[in-house]
Amino acid sequence: MSPACGSCRGIRGWGKVSNNTTVALGSSSSPGSLFYSINRKLHSAHSSTRPQPSYPGHIPLTPFENTFLAAGSALMSLIDTRRADMVAACGETTAGSTLVKLRDIVLESPEGRRILKERPRINSQTLDMEKLRSLPENTFGRAYIGWLDACKVTPDSREPVHYIDDPELAYVMQRYRETHDFYHALFGFKVSALPELALKAFEFTNLGFPMTALSLGASLRLKPPQRARLWTEFVPWALRCGSHARCLLTVYWEERWEQDLDEMKRELGVWDPPAGITIPRPSRIASL
Amino acid sequence: MQQAARSIRVPRKLQRSTCRLFHNSSSLGSSNPSGRTTSFGFKTVPEESKESLVKGVFDSVASKYDLMNDASSLGVHRLWKDSLIDTLKPGRKGPLRCIDVAGGTGDIALRILDHARENYADRETTVEIVDINAQMLKEGFTRFKKTMYHNTPQVSFHEGNAQELPPSQFKDDSYDLYTITFGIRNCTSIPAVLREAYRVLKPGATFACLEFSKVNNPLLSTLYDQYSFTVIPLLGTILAGDRDSYQYLVESIRKFPSQPEFAQMIRDAGFSTGGDFDGGAWTDLWGGIASIHTGVKV
Repeated sequence: MSPACGSCRGIRGWGKVSNNTTVALGSSSSPGSLFYSINRKLHSAHSSTRPQPSYPGHIPLTPFENTFLAAGSALMSLIDTRRADMVAACGETTAGSTLVKLRDIVLESPEGRRILKERPRINSQTLDMEKLRSLPENTFGRAYIGWLDACKVTPDSREPVHYIDDPELAYVMQRYRETHDFYHALFGFKVSALPELALKAFEFTNLGFPMTALSLGASLRLKPPQRARLWTEFVPWALRCGSHARCLLTVYWEERWEQDLDEMKRELGVWDPPAGITIPRPSRIASL
Repeated sequence: MQQAARSIRVPRKLQRSTCRLFHNSSSLGSSNPSGRTTSFGFKTVPEESKESLVKGVFDSVASKYDLMNDASSLGVHRLWKDSLIDTLKPGRKGPLRCIDVAGGTGDIALRILDHARENYADRETTVEIVDINAQMLKEGFTRFKKTMYHNTPQVSFHEGNAQELPPSQFKDDSYDLYTITFGIRNCTSIPAVLREAYRVLKPGATFACLEFSKVNNPLLSTLYDQYSFTVIPLLGTILAGDRDSYQYLVESIRKFPSQPEFAQMIRDAGFSTGGDFDGGAWTDLWGGIASIHTGVKV
């Protein structure tokens, strides 16, 4: 079984589903990156060999630069685990053909095709937090907002994609980054090191990004008992669950706020991880 | 691993303010009182906005400035600064009153004081560090706290603009040595800086500038360009999380006048320099990657 998404479909050509118009990825890209891409056009001959950016925030890299950044960002992510921008850069520079495979898998599902067509974004402007809070307890939407509150995070400030050349693949990467929180909410994973690594293991088997496997190297930074638990309890769960589940990038989460959480898990083919790294389910507490 | 990153997911405020400044500058083009423009890296901006754009860059890079200097020059910047001090030999002819402009993190000031102390047992030489950017001065102050000069009259820190040093604080004809290291290319008007340098120096005193310059050897120039435009912005991304500031810094090097042009500007301000050749008005370091320009106020 292929490590990516449960069944081996291979790379079937959908032809060049290329999008020559610049994509509105700029809505959350920093003005600095916008300046950078404008500035590139005003350049002198020094970097005229560098291709033009294909979307706001795009920073085209030569193969050497890509390798350099891949190595540097991987090292930096290990040294300073708070550098979310380095984890992002590592993911992008090591993605390789993973994004192409994923994009094709997404295209094969009707729900996925809708995602690629509509290109929804997830941030505090696009999400109606109050509406989510008003949903019944056992729904996915309520679980998500409950998780945001419990872990004190916001859906904002995800680093925009910079180093993927094709705009559609860049969107797929951006979607992965933004839906990562939904995976947290689905299982109720907390945001500390151990649950994050367990989730990365799950993502590796479900989606296939090399960075997710590389990030397991950061388990060296865990305390030995935690590291042991990761490898003996959570990684086996992740391997089985991730490969059994359908590719989570094909899920149009924003259409499923009202769906019952347990029913959603059955539909997607996932089950809860071993205890110890998840937040308590509100419904269970309420029924006690 | 994004566990703690979540709690500080907001991008660094400083970087955002830099980016906002970069973004605003493109809209500032429509409101341009004096009509004069200047370069900001490869971009052209209204003269009035360069100062705040540069401020944004240095606010952003201050905390990692020394680290990035070491990483991007592979430590060579230390050799260049040592070269400058060896050329000047501060303290050889008695204690000096020095002013180190754009001296933020204190690299040169520390070398001046150490050279005078170690070679000439001179504890009377003083250095006044002037910088337009408070963040850089703060880094310098912190560094000096680890040395023996902290809380002595030998070093002092002043926020000020190299183009307009307040005359009440920086009087005419009062300094024996004026240094500006890797700072003058960030100033909006180089002639204004040179005029101020001329004003505050005593007659017979020395002006010294260490700055990135033109590399004449074509092979070295190509390698240097490749390195600058490929590796340095990536190092900025990786080490400091800020590509744009370092992109500006490498671009600003290319916009700086060549050695003979800068030597002429120094003469135009009233200084007397050596001849227009390497070893005269300037000394090239590492093939011209950096260059030390000197002049004497007559």
